[in-house]
Amino acid sequence: MEGNIAELGQFIGAGLAGMGAGVAALGVGNVAGNFLAGALRNPSAAAGQTATLFIGIAFAEALGIFAFLVALLLMFAV
Amino acid sequence: MASDVANSDQNKPASKGKPIAFVLLAIAAVLFILGLLDDYEGVFAIHPMDQFIVSPLFGDGAVHWYTPTNVTMWMALCILSIVALMVMGTGGRAIVPSRGQSIAELVYGFVRKMVEDVAGKDALPFFPYVLALFMFILFSNLLGLIPMSFTTTSHIAVTAILAAAVFLTVTIVGFVKNGTAFLGLFWVTSAPLALRPVLAVIELISYFVRPVSHSIRLAGNLMAGHAVLKVFAGFAGAMGAAAFAPIFGVVAIYGLEVLVSVIQAYVFTILTCVYLKDALHPHH
Repeated sequence: MEGNIAELGQFIGAGLAGMGAGVAALGVGNVAGNFLAGALRNPSAAAGQTATLFIGIAFAEALGIFAFLVALLLMFAV
Repeated sequence: MASDVANSDQNKPASKGKPIAFVLLAIAAVLFILGLLDDYEGVFAIHPMDQFIVSPLFGDGAVHWYTPTNVTMWMALCILSIVALMVMGTGGRAIVPSRGQSIAELVYGFVRKMVEDVAGKDALPFFPYVLALFMFILFSNLLGLIPMSFTTTSHIAVTAILAAAVFLTVTIVGFVKNGTAFLGLFWVTSAPLALRPVLAVIELISYFVRPVSHSIRLAGNLMAGHAVLKVFAGFAGAMGAAAFAPIFGVVAIYGLEVLVSVIQAYVFTILTCVYLKDALHPHH
């Protein structure tokens, strides 16, 4: 086993950045869960709000994507 | 007993599902026999990232910008299938639509309603662009699900061009339609005056980060999903005689991937509509 310490740091950092994607999953689940809770209370209003749901999910997911981007940069670009 | 109920209760779906189950079991049996042989390492040596390699169609020289590669081939196939659906499907102009025509009309109506609902009526001149984006992304995603094919939208180079085109369009449209009033997008008048400069900086950063998240969302979702498929397939090599087992996981992930393909095409286009709305009505 040989290698330099910078490479070790890259891989550890990429792994830590991967945790960010998991935390973004919490956010997406929060958006979808709250939508479902609201939709079950007022089902007639739910159909008109699905576009808002997907926009909310997309914005919550964007931050997980930045974590993924950091991981990619650490693995391949640094 | 259970099969009796299934037969009497839902006759049609059960009889339709049988050939698929049969094919699955046949593949599983073949994999089982291959797994019993000792040289399964060669059969199942799958590297999950090999599917994303861009290679020339003819020979194996260097890849230049004009080289026909597997990416260009699958993009061309994607455009051909869009033309086949939209032109040939609606060519009959039947009052009672055929299957192809109703699919084409469904997609057209769906995207038109999305543009109208999200971006407003005055965004309808941009409807052809949004429909082209939606169709291209949807068809590349779905064509990429064919085994041994190539997913063009799993490459950041492809999605970055799509997102950059949207970003440039939106910025130019915003300045042409509103002039300098477009900068009102960054000046949140509903916030307290002291907070506005801080919010302006945040809004400015979030505006320029849009194309980044817009492109990487699509490429990341597609790439991760396809890599997971290959990782599951790669489990077969390590499992010996149980090599048939991962096929059930692969089928489940594949179903999820079909869903992701459609949802990501939808998300990309709906975000384009949101950005168009910001460009046409830059008031908070």
